[in-house]
Amino acid sequence: MAKVLMKGNEAIGEGAVRAGCRYFFGYPITPQSELPHYLAKRMPQVGGIYLQSESETAAANMVFGAAGAGARVMTSSSGPGISLMQEGISYLAGAELPCVVVNMIRGGPGLGNIAPAQSDYFQAVKGGGHGDYRLICLAPASVQEIIDLMQDAFDLADKYRNPVMLLADGVLGQMMEPVDLGDEILRQAPEKEWAATGRKKGGPKRLINSLYIVPEDCEQHNIRLSQKYSVITKEEQRWEEYRLDDAKLVIVAFGTCARICKAVIDRAREEGLAVGLIRPITVWPFPNDVLSRVRETAEQFLSVEMNMGQMVEDVRLAVEGRKPVHFYGRVGGMMPVARDVLEEVKKLYNGGAV
Amino acid sequence: MKKIFTRPEALTDLPFHYCPGCTHGIAHRLVAEVIDEMDIYERALGIAPVGCSVFIYNYLDIDMYQAAHGRAPAVGTGIKRVLPDRLVFTYQGDGDAAAIGTGELVHAAARGEKITVLFINNAVYAMTGGQMAPTTLLGQKTTTTPYGRDKDANGLPVKVCEMLAPLDGSAYLARVSLHNPKHIMMAKKAIRKAFEVQMRGDGFTLVEILSSCPTNWGLPPLEALKWLEEKMIPYYPLGEYKTPAEEVQI
Repeated sequence: MAKVLMKGNEAIGEGAVRAGCRYFFGYPITPQSELPHYLAKRMPQVGGIYLQSESETAAANMVFGAAGAGARVMTSSSGPGISLMQEGISYLAGAELPCVVVNMIRGGPGLGNIAPAQSDYFQAVKGGGHGDYRLICLAPASVQEIIDLMQDAFDLADKYRNPVMLLADGVLGQMMEPVDLGDEILRQAPEKEWAATGRKKGGPKRLINSLYIVPEDCEQHNIRLSQKYSVITKEEQRWEEYRLDDAKLVIVAFGTCARICKAVIDRAREEGLAVGLIRPITVWPFPNDVLSRVRETAEQFLSVEMNMGQMVEDVRLAVEGRKPVHFYGRVGGMMPVARDVLEEVKKLYNGGAV
Repeated sequence: MKKIFTRPEALTDLPFHYCPGCTHGIAHRLVAEVIDEMDIYERALGIAPVGCSVFIYNYLDIDMYQAAHGRAPAVGTGIKRVLPDRLVFTYQGDGDAAAIGTGELVHAAARGEKITVLFINNAVYAMTGGQMAPTTLLGQKTTTTPYGRDKDANGLPVKVCEMLAPLDGSAYLARVSLHNPKHIMMAKKAIRKAFEVQMRGDGFTLVEILSSCPTNWGLPPLEALKWLEEKMIPYYPLGEYKTPAEEVQI
């Protein structure tokens, strides 16, 4: 099929539709608005429902209801809206409901601004809401990858009965790139025996619930969730490697930041510096496997982020103190400039910084 | 021998955990009886609140959901949009529906969401320890209004049916009471009517059910029912606040 030019936010919508998602509940916020705009048009064309909720809190809970009823369902927002959704996301994780939540990150904290950032990393990969839970968290770096990952996002959500977050920044949402939409086969949600759709007489009672009032039961629930998260950690780590094999200095960056870092690496290589990239595609589970491998041969690491240093903590955990891990970041909607990152790389490479 | 009274099929045989004199058990039974009588067991989906009655999911023998505090109307919206031919009802206390969940309640009504809210008003937060609710009466003592609710300090009680009636999306709104057998029968009729209106697709429906909380009111069960009748009903008048233009036959 011929390639079409699509905006990142629209690609999320089209990818969701092609993944069999038929329900979208959301509340407007910049810089992700083209996604609800797109789905408001697209959902009725495929027999789906687009509903603008009264708040992000309500949207997350509408997702809860629709997911419990067995549907493939999605919501989307940006920083401040995701904060409001956290209550619902915790309940979704607690009740083990599959769904997709999109966070098109903007500058913060507070109202911040509408410019791109990666400052919601902690919130996305360390919980965000109350309780002991994890989200599978996918971080695309191109519009094509958005299309591909949306299919996986819904499949992973159903496979593990867990919310999946698509984590990107405003640049990716606004960026237009040619994409191959793939075949026309639209996926269907799998049969969900556990969904509460009306009890047949004599059939099993279905309960969509996150309440375990007896501490022993609640502990068992948490342990079971934790075992699920362990399986996901083992099975679902994804990353991209770029000019990594002989790299003495390894940059770790995700999303838009990783694209900038690829340019940095190309320039560094031209100057004879052995620099490579690890781009986490899953930021949770964090790709510890590749870092465990590379930490044996690399001499130092540099985490480049659009925040004040969040993912760098996971890089340090993965490197386990065996090699120095450095950080370079821009915040508030400012993007790292390739020239500046290259300067940082040169300084580190030549032993100029500790 | 003709059987004239039995346990509703939609009610499990688990003993209720409620305090003596609490009317949640009566309300649960009425819901189960209506589900039986409408022969809608396989299509009924209930949403439990946060609060004393969260365990309604153990007592109703149907598929159930448990929602976050106040969010049941949003959860109900999600369910009903996916399964439009089901009966979807929430069961919420006054803290749940009239305080933390006011936004979800008002907007579900404004959208004309085809769900039913069963709103248990006992004028107090019960499970959390008898604090003031939005529905607490003026002068009523609670653990957070130890000198009685004062309008300047604590604001005025919220009348939910009256608040929702002007919204065009609301199709049926009624306030009933469980303080005596006659009113219990009237409450059952209102619940059935709300369910019928929902299934007919007319819009949002709500039945406010005035209920007793002897424990947090500090009254013996019978005195609690008397207090409900003498103090609550004058401030929260019973009756239908909104009915569909075309009468539903029940």
